[in-house]
Amino acid sequence: MAKFFAVTIIVIAIASAIPILLHTWAAPEDISTHGALIDEQMSETMAEAGISFLAAQFVLAFFVWKFSNRAPDAKLQKFPGGAKGLVIAAILVVGTEVLALGIFGVKAWANVYLTPPAADAMPIQVQAGQFAFYFRYPGPDGTFGPTHPEMISEGSQNFFGLDPEHDVDSRDDIVAAEMAIPVNKEIHLLMHSKDVGHSFYVRELRVQQDFVPGLDVSLHFTATKVGKYEIVCTQLCGLGHYNMKAYLEVMSQQDFDDWLKKEATLQ
Amino acid sequence: MHDMSAHAVQHHGPPTSFIRKYVFSLDHKVIGKQYYALALVAALTGMVLSWFMRIHLAWNSAAIPGLQLLSKTGAPGGVMTPEYYLQLMTMHGTIMVFFVLTTAPFAAFGNFFLPIQVGAEDMPFPRFNMMSFWVTFTAFLVLMSSFVLGDGPTLGGWTQYAPLNAVGSVAGPGQGLGVVLWAASIGLFCVGQLLGSLNFITTTLDLRVKGMSLMRLPLTAWAWFITSCMGLTAFAVLMPACILVILDHVAGTSFFVASNLVINDQVQPHSGGSTLLWQHLFWFFGHPEVYIAIVPGLGIVSHILITNMRKPMLSHRTLIYSMGALAVLSYMVYGHHMFVSGMNPYSSLAFSFPTLVITIPSTIIVLVQVFSLYGSKLRINSASLFSLGFISMFVAGGVSGFFLAQPSIDIMLHATYFVVGHFHMVMGVAAMFGIFAGTYFWFPKMTGRMMNETLGRIHFWCSFVGAYCIFMPFHYLGIAGNVRRYSSFVDDYLQPLIPVHRFITVAALFTGAAQLVFLYNLIHSRFWGALPPNDNPWEGTSLEWSTATPPPFDNFGGKHPVVYHDPYQYGVESSVGDYVMQASPEQVKTEDEEK
Repeated sequence: MAKFFAVTIIVIAIASAIPILLHTWAAPEDISTHGALIDEQMSETMAEAGISFLAAQFVLAFFVWKFSNRAPDAKLQKFPGGAKGLVIAAILVVGTEVLALGIFGVKAWANVYLTPPAADAMPIQVQAGQFAFYFRYPGPDGTFGPTHPEMISEGSQNFFGLDPEHDVDSRDDIVAAEMAIPVNKEIHLLMHSKDVGHSFYVRELRVQQDFVPGLDVSLHFTATKVGKYEIVCTQLCGLGHYNMKAYLEVMSQQDFDDWLKKEATLQ
Repeated sequence: MHDMSAHAVQHHGPPTSFIRKYVFSLDHKVIGKQYYALALVAALTGMVLSWFMRIHLAWNSAAIPGLQLLSKTGAPGGVMTPEYYLQLMTMHGTIMVFFVLTTAPFAAFGNFFLPIQVGAEDMPFPRFNMMSFWVTFTAFLVLMSSFVLGDGPTLGGWTQYAPLNAVGSVAGPGQGLGVVLWAASIGLFCVGQLLGSLNFITTTLDLRVKGMSLMRLPLTAWAWFITSCMGLTAFAVLMPACILVILDHVAGTSFFVASNLVINDQVQPHSGGSTLLWQHLFWFFGHPEVYIAIVPGLGIVSHILITNMRKPMLSHRTLIYSMGALAVLSYMVYGHHMFVSGMNPYSSLAFSFPTLVITIPSTIIVLVQVFSLYGSKLRINSASLFSLGFISMFVAGGVSGFFLAQPSIDIMLHATYFVVGHFHMVMGVAAMFGIFAGTYFWFPKMTGRMMNETLGRIHFWCSFVGAYCIFMPFHYLGIAGNVRRYSSFVDDYLQPLIPVHRFITVAALFTGAAQLVFLYNLIHSRFWGALPPNDNPWEGTSLEWSTATPPPFDNFGGKHPVVYHDPYQYGVESSVGDYVMQASPEQVKTEDEEK
């Protein structure tokens, strides 16, 4: 039974590692300027976690195999060096390893969160609500008009609560149900929730950020590849959470300009 | 350290009526069994809910026979609606985390064995102890009542994030009365655990018998003591948070709801609350809760492995200090649940550092446990198999913590199935394996009967292989970007991942069915199991094996044991074999014994 346990553990450990080694299930290809660092961090962590996992399971299996059901007169032995060596190993090897990971990982985090957006980054406001995203572009004046929560109305499609009659800045704002952005252009995303908590997650862009009701949150990124990608909500927001999504279209600058003009005519 | 012969501690007489003996009992052993029974009912409920969820995720339009009886509107014709999926998911998480993982390893086993292991007659406050169980039981009934009251249980997940938890029924089914019942239940649960923690701490500090120095306490007693210290602080924060949520519902306050929120085109009548305040309060409890669930397991499996290895751990003190370090650090790491929550991004780095540091005591514990096997004479039985399985699962779930401790990686993995896989393995399956190990090990002492060993091993193999088949693929799904808490996978991106979910569902049904073997074994053995050969069937050394099986009302039959030895004196030559019991005055040649 002990040997069977040992073999089972080894088989499970190896079988668990195979899909990782073969990349059977992996994150989609990165299309952002900052994502490479995150992916690199992920790979390094995977190597260290994988080695730790396999080593621990193998040693456990080996000891169970070797030291189970021994003869009654077999002699007990103590692991050479006792606990002191293990404590030192844990602090030096594992401690150093994970702390190094953490310190290197700061760079990847800083790229997204600790650096301000470029001065010429394109501002887009995204508003999350049960169970849809809406996007607002400031229009030719470059300024978003003020929002009036009491004027928000799904029925009349005033998703942001704009009052173009009284607010000059709102008159050229462009509101869309999908997000289009030009490729290789930094985007400054201004995030606002109108009701409960939501999140903005685009796997290919390597971004995930919660919306905080009552708080405006901002995020900046640059997409490097033209294509259509899903934006999904990852913060439980109610019964339609699973279906709360929108599309992100990364376009050439020319296509984006055309798209924006077309959307402006639909307002 | 106190001498019980000098300090008469607990002298409530043996009960005479059925009610006082089995229902409103003051006896810590009966209360321990009551907690165990509650955890068993809760675990079965939570497991059946998980079956429903898994079937729905794998075959979205499948009718689950009988589910419509639970809720006609939630599952018309047996097919789950998206909101009912979330309601069942919330109940599954809440039941499992609170009423199983906290209740069984800490409150059930701790209640039964802590007083015996320190040599006491009972806990110092037996009425508080009785109250702690009945308050917890009431909390469970309040939670379960949400299945039938109003529009069903809350759908906000076991974490109940604000402001979804505070705006009322306008936010969805169960968000009115369902949330109030949830918060009332958890608030009551906190009261029960606070009363329990007070008892555990005072039992450990004040009721130890003569000779029982702190370092002579078994690792289980240390684990329960450390856990109760965590519980005292953690539940004391969650309880007021629950009260504030209830006030947001019934008193028109706005603790967790910001101004100008618009739902169904209506501006909500709240202003000035903070969304993130709830998360801080919840996770200040929530992360220590992970350790409240797992530290008793660390103590239990160490205790069981030592008995079965026939040698002590490489270092008793190192394990105690490491468990203590886990407890202290557990309060400094909670913000890693909030990396992308919108809190200050520098805070994320501040919370990341201690999260990575907590790897060190965890690693030390695993290394000491694993390398203590070296040179041992390991006996394989159901209890030791589950203990070894615990270590394997704790490692598997622990290494995935390397990823989630880093804010940059969390950008990709947060709110995905990777997180689900991580916490199910490290605090779900590992803690459950600790409960199973404890059950097989202590069953004879608790009931006076042995469990069936063959059924125990069948239960182990199905659970061990089954748990890996369920929870390892969760990690793969998360790496691929599969978002959690979705009732179906309608995104284009998620469609190809559905076969993996089907595999997991089949594994979950199989593994769940294997738990019925355990249930049968438990019930059958309770009444018809073999009688243990003696009071100490595993040849253990701690005080629970020095008394009758099952122990008498006052634990030691009117005597007060005196402790002469460290808790784990194995590998010695004594008159009874290769061990000497703590309460044995026999002088034996030992190594490194505490003075």
